[in-house]
Amino acid sequence: MSYSTLAVIAVVGVLVVDLAVYRTRMVMRRAFWAAYAIIIVFQLLMNGVLTGLDVVTYDPDTVWGLRIAYAPVEDLLFGFALVTLTLASWAAVNRRANTARRRGLDTDTRRSSTR
Amino acid sequence: MGNLTYLALLAGCLIVTAPLELVLRVRVYARWRRLLLAVLPEFVVFVAWVLYAIAQGHWDYSGERTLGLRFPGGIPVEEVLFFLVVPVCAVLALEAVRKVTGWDAGYPAAPDESLGSSADRGAESGRGTEEADR
Repeated sequence: MSYSTLAVIAVVGVLVVDLAVYRTRMVMRRAFWAAYAIIIVFQLLMNGVLTGLDVVTYDPDTVWGLRIAYAPVEDLLFGFALVTLTLASWAAVNRRANTARRRGLDTDTRRSSTR
Repeated sequence: MGNLTYLALLAGCLIVTAPLELVLRVRVYARWRRLLLAVLPEFVVFVAWVLYAIAQGHWDYSGERTLGLRFPGGIPVEEVLFFLVVPVCAVLALEAVRKVTGWDAGYPAAPDESLGSSADRGAESGRGTEEADR
């Protein structure tokens, strides 16, 4: 599979994870897009340096050929998948931990009486 | 010096985002267990992707701009670190947005977030009262 194909699959995959698996619905939230707007600026900077200085080089046969700030446009899909998977996982972990902790606090009296 | 290019970029990411934890007090590193858990799926998926891409010849890394240390499969040390550093920076950005705007990110505020000083509680308008019944 080419990098382009994998990048598209990755974006679809993380959308499924976010919306249907975790149900964190990050891509429907303002906070997510505001964070992503900040992240993409730094991504273009860092990726621009990585590809501009040839730290990473790409096989021309495996990308579409369109480049933004030296990097193949596929890198934006790659970055979106990476960031979305991470933030959805972070939201899922915190949702679980904070909700559990609240339940624990709610039942404080009962728990302490059994101790 | 050139060998440090990639590593320096990663260090730069951590330095630029450090004030979010130290000054804005987003408590991302403070919740390091949750952070590790949240980064794990991304790390597994993307390292596997890179190993596949290297094997297929989709991309390659400069010998002059990296340390030259490679794990089995040909993945440079810096690239492995990338998949730890970048997600951490992304989480820091999200928590910074959440802290500054108060926008919902889909999970309740951690109970300990409201246990801070009264000044902190004032800054997080409304979040403190949510936990007032505690």
